[in-house]
Amino acid sequence: MVDKQHLLTTEQMASFVADGYLRFDDFIPDELNKAAHQEMASGVPTRGGGGTALNDVWGEGSAVGEVFNLPKVQGIIQSLVGENPLYDHHAVHIVRPQSEHGQIWHADAIIDLRMHFDIQFFYFSHDTPREMGGTMILPGSHFRRVCETDVARYQNFLSQHPIVCNAGTLVVVHHGMWHCAQPNLTEDTRYMFKLRLNPTVRQLKLWNTDDIDTAGIRGILSRNHRWYGNDVRLEIVNRIKLWRFLIGDESYDVGYWLSRLENMPENVKNVA
Amino acid sequence: MAELRQQLLVLHLHTPDLNSHVVAWAMYDGTGKKRYTTGDSDAPPYSSVVEAMQDGWRVIQFPQQFPAYPGMEYHTSYLRFEYVLEKMEEI
Repeated sequence: MVDKQHLLTTEQMASFVADGYLRFDDFIPDELNKAAHQEMASGVPTRGGGGTALNDVWGEGSAVGEVFNLPKVQGIIQSLVGENPLYDHHAVHIVRPQSEHGQIWHADAIIDLRMHFDIQFFYFSHDTPREMGGTMILPGSHFRRVCETDVARYQNFLSQHPIVCNAGTLVVVHHGMWHCAQPNLTEDTRYMFKLRLNPTVRQLKLWNTDDIDTAGIRGILSRNHRWYGNDVRLEIVNRIKLWRFLIGDESYDVGYWLSRLENMPENVKNVA
Repeated sequence: MAELRQQLLVLHLHTPDLNSHVVAWAMYDGTGKKRYTTGDSDAPPYSSVVEAMQDGWRVIQFPQQFPAYPGMEYHTSYLRFEYVLEKMEEI
């Protein structure tokens, strides 16, 4: 178990539920970034395929393995998917120099429809200015179940978020997040390391819950990312459902949303 | 006689009202002059479908509206209020 100081806070977890992602800028030490960059260029060796325990995947001396073994990265992992998640897959995403067209919008595999969720890390080992991409994500899209490239006709949304960052930035997303690689107009190859993990334990209060009663949670869960227009209320309902699941409290509400359903007007009055 | 090619503008709105504001947008150019792509603009070309109509775009598709299937009322997926507009351009 990683030290408590490295776990996510309740506010961060609520942001993950509302936005579908958390972003950690300048998070990985530069020395490791340089080594990981080299490893990505030459190929990242792993031991075992999908379903292997994460702890068994990286060999000695793997820079990428070191990144994901950092206590502060382990803290993110443990907060979201528990101590011993399974490695699902990884991919070194490469965008060649002078690539003028963005990747189409898509979501990755949504085969598992349970409330449990996988996480995907996007790790940027080198500086990624806008002219180099990076990966575009659509905050708040993670509850929208679409089959991979079914959203490929779309191009732009209000509140779309290009991950423009310095070396060492780590982003973690819910597996339902809509995303796409952006054009790379520079002369350099762009790399991004993606890692997907599956939980093996019930995702119940796995983070640092010292601030569980903080007043800001309701406001976070009520965020409006604007691009879904009139559907914002449905988005909030879906967030409340996931938050109830994560905190183990089936009565939680951000106002009078789902709790109105716990009112039972169909009950017949017991007449004497 | 000039040859014409179709330009398509896809606007997704906040509500089905054609005056409501654009929340997502895409363009497809049949002249072959330009290829639009994901993330290529931060702001929509028009604030609403009506504003696009005032600039000469013709609406060629209205979104059909269907009630949610029982039990699916909270499910969300695609953007629901999608309008397709066209302009014909000489090549």
